[in-house]
Amino acid sequence: MKLDSKIPGGPLAEKWDKHKFDMKVVNPKNKRKFTVLVVGTGLAGASAAASMAELGYHVKSFCIQDSPRRAHSIGAQGGINAAKNYPNDGDSIWRLFYDTIKGGDYRSREANVYRLAQVSNNIIDQTVAQGVPYQREYGGLLANRSFGGALVSRTFYARGQTGQQLLLGAYSALMAQVHSGMVEILPRREMVELVMINDQARGIIVRNLINGEFERYVGDAVVLATGGYAQVYFLSTNAMNSNASAIWRAHKKGALFGNPCYVQIHPTCIPRSGDYQSKLTLMSESLRNDGRVWVPKKKGDKRPPNEIPEDERDYYLERKYPTFGNMVPRDVASRNAKMVCDEGRGVGKTGLAVYLDFRDAIKEFGREVIEEKYGNLFEMYKMITDEDGYQVPMRIYPAPHYTMGGLWVDYNLMSTIPGLHVIGEANFSDHGANRLGASALMQGLADGYFVLPYTIGNYLGGTKLEKVSTDHEAFKEAEAEAKAKYDKLLSIKGSKTVKEFHQEIGSIMWNYVGMSRNAEGLKKALEEIPRLREEFWQNVKIAGSEDSLNKNLEFAGRVADYLEFGELMAQDALHREESCGGHFREEHQTEEGEALRDDENFTYVAAWEFKGLGKKWELHKEPLEFENVTLTQRSYK
Amino acid sequence: MENNNLTIKLKVWRQENAGAKGKFVDYTIDDVNPDMSFLEMLDELNEELIKKDDLPIEFDNDCREGICGMCGMVINGTAHGPKSGTTTCEVRMRQFKDGETILIEPWRARPFPVIKDLVVDRSAFDRIMVAGGYIDVKTGSAPDAHTVLVPKENADLAMDMAACIGCGACVAACPNASASLFVGAKVSQFALLPQGQPEATKRVEAMVAQMDEEGFGACSNHGECEAVCPKNISILAIARMRREYWKASVH
Repeated sequence: MKLDSKIPGGPLAEKWDKHKFDMKVVNPKNKRKFTVLVVGTGLAGASAAASMAELGYHVKSFCIQDSPRRAHSIGAQGGINAAKNYPNDGDSIWRLFYDTIKGGDYRSREANVYRLAQVSNNIIDQTVAQGVPYQREYGGLLANRSFGGALVSRTFYARGQTGQQLLLGAYSALMAQVHSGMVEILPRREMVELVMINDQARGIIVRNLINGEFERYVGDAVVLATGGYAQVYFLSTNAMNSNASAIWRAHKKGALFGNPCYVQIHPTCIPRSGDYQSKLTLMSESLRNDGRVWVPKKKGDKRPPNEIPEDERDYYLERKYPTFGNMVPRDVASRNAKMVCDEGRGVGKTGLAVYLDFRDAIKEFGREVIEEKYGNLFEMYKMITDEDGYQVPMRIYPAPHYTMGGLWVDYNLMSTIPGLHVIGEANFSDHGANRLGASALMQGLADGYFVLPYTIGNYLGGTKLEKVSTDHEAFKEAEAEAKAKYDKLLSIKGSKTVKEFHQEIGSIMWNYVGMSRNAEGLKKALEEIPRLREEFWQNVKIAGSEDSLNKNLEFAGRVADYLEFGELMAQDALHREESCGGHFREEHQTEEGEALRDDENFTYVAAWEFKGLGKKWELHKEPLEFENVTLTQRSYK
Repeated sequence: MENNNLTIKLKVWRQENAGAKGKFVDYTIDDVNPDMSFLEMLDELNEELIKKDDLPIEFDNDCREGICGMCGMVINGTAHGPKSGTTTCEVRMRQFKDGETILIEPWRARPFPVIKDLVVDRSAFDRIMVAGGYIDVKTGSAPDAHTVLVPKENADLAMDMAACIGCGACVAACPNASASLFVGAKVSQFALLPQGQPEATKRVEAMVAQMDEEGFGACSNHGECEAVCPKNISILAIARMRREYWKASVH
């Protein structure tokens, strides 16, 4: 297989405009002859479905929750980046592009990232017009704040609920298209199989989560907007229903998987407190604008934080990175938190936490100002920990949060399966090895509003598509395959619950394929995962039946997929003999403990081809070419 | 170490499907860590049930951080439980006493039929949104974001209204099963912004008509909705909706 990224020629700043002109345009009258299936209704899925419907395509929109408005984009708190330069601090499309490329540790495509920066401003215009109530200044203009990895203020926000507001904006655009009859909403449906006809993606099999029935849907193209795979760790900041199954089904049907080992561990999460815990809660990294991160200088210092005098505190981020201080990118902040905890200087009952202290900010600006900026986060913290962040420093610890890896796509956001497009977090494309804060919302909406609606026309207008229906043999086979999996799961009747298996695979992944990795651990993971998978298929215990609402069975299907997918993550992490962004290999670090890339040997996207379970995945390389920026050791000092 | 763990008795509404007759079933769960969330307590109970070959209790939930709006139970007679301004997933076990009996029911309202156990169908909310809960602005057609100024005060008030998570607690708490707070919040958000003006008349009329058609009752100012709203949305939303509705009728 030859990977063709289809990056247009010409100067960087002109590529997208030129490409838009070169692409095929579907005659407006013909658009309505096409049906596009969009799986997922987060920022990417909802914005894509709405925008394609506005153009005249028929869209079927699927989601796993009871309403498209619940997709987990809703959990994003801090904000969305754009290169508007409203604060007059020197921002530009080029600077946003540069910061994003550098933030991703030079492991993303220049052309994609530049396009992302270009359309970022349109997103702000679009969402303001939709009635998204962004934070405003007294003069009525939009407010900005700064986020990690940038020295300019380019983040637009709606209190601590920016994801919610942008998602509701996209959802309302989607609802408007339901009103116009162009979109059909199919909630409480889980995609369980991709249907291929003539080597093209032509449909999906979904399980109706209310009655358990398998349903067939045919289309001219399929779009996966199903988010990331951080739930492989069991404990993550993702929603309970977030999962990797849709992209994994597609991968097993031939879509290559790009950079699965690139995972973002978010530094400002509430630490875990016990085995019963079902999820970790993130607090926006915007907190680091005013909160100072520290641990005691002394190991095992058990004094209450407010009793530890100033000169016995180590503000380690400010000390090590004077330029960026507490605003270093997420990977750097997380790794440093782990390092100080590993040294025995962690705080709280478990010793797996660091302080995030607002004392000085409250002293400087007053409690009111801090409350206005972050009030909901302090409340959330109080609710969970029973502690008052205004009085005592918050305790934070990193948690799996976002996955930069995903299905490999070309510049048109199409996977290696013709017709299968992948957008938002589900693809691998724009964040390289580390995503900067407030860039996920930007990418999801860029893909959905401003990229896919163009590129899908190029595919539909330039491809021969046979007329097919759901009676086609391929639909029957795919449905039978999906049903067989669920039948088998229920027939095992073993003794260990789905949750227990999920916890086990989660702990393997966290211990060996987590924040810090080494060859020995990764090899161990590669032994343990297949063993656990085998045990699962012999000993899992699932309640209830197939023909009704059965969340335990839904989870079983997803955990079964993690037990395959985890192996690929470990294989990718083992093969990448360098440290970059979120992928930290202990064998490859600078003397100061920073990530040490190997540009000579690893400046490529690792795209993996499925060869059958029990066999090694085959590696395909897409070389990353940098014509506009110089690769340097990423420094935030 | 001191053990503050609780023993909790539960009376949980179990109902096999939309057509079946439901009933309360009693459970006891020991060793509940007070730091646990309410849903984690139910997770633990479900693990026990699964191991005993019983059917676990079905309940909707997703983000477990109070923003997706998917969870919702009536806990001891109050939608989303004892503390105001929280969703069910944000309820913590430290809010209950050792040995306490907790009554758990689904949202009860005719427009929200029970699907199974504590899971209800809230698609009526989506249909109200389809009727008019949007500003019609096609992708790519927006002017520069700074073309229209929005006074900060209005933007903040609009944000208060936009915070609605569509969980349906307002309906569950209302003696009339009215969706007025939900509809009022969306109508108000757009009414407070210049961008929402061109379609204001059409929007409020269409959304209210759809609310009626779905079988939600009228508002008679009980204020229960405001009391249980996990996002503290003020009943002023309903006043504003009425004002918009009157404005529309004399338009």
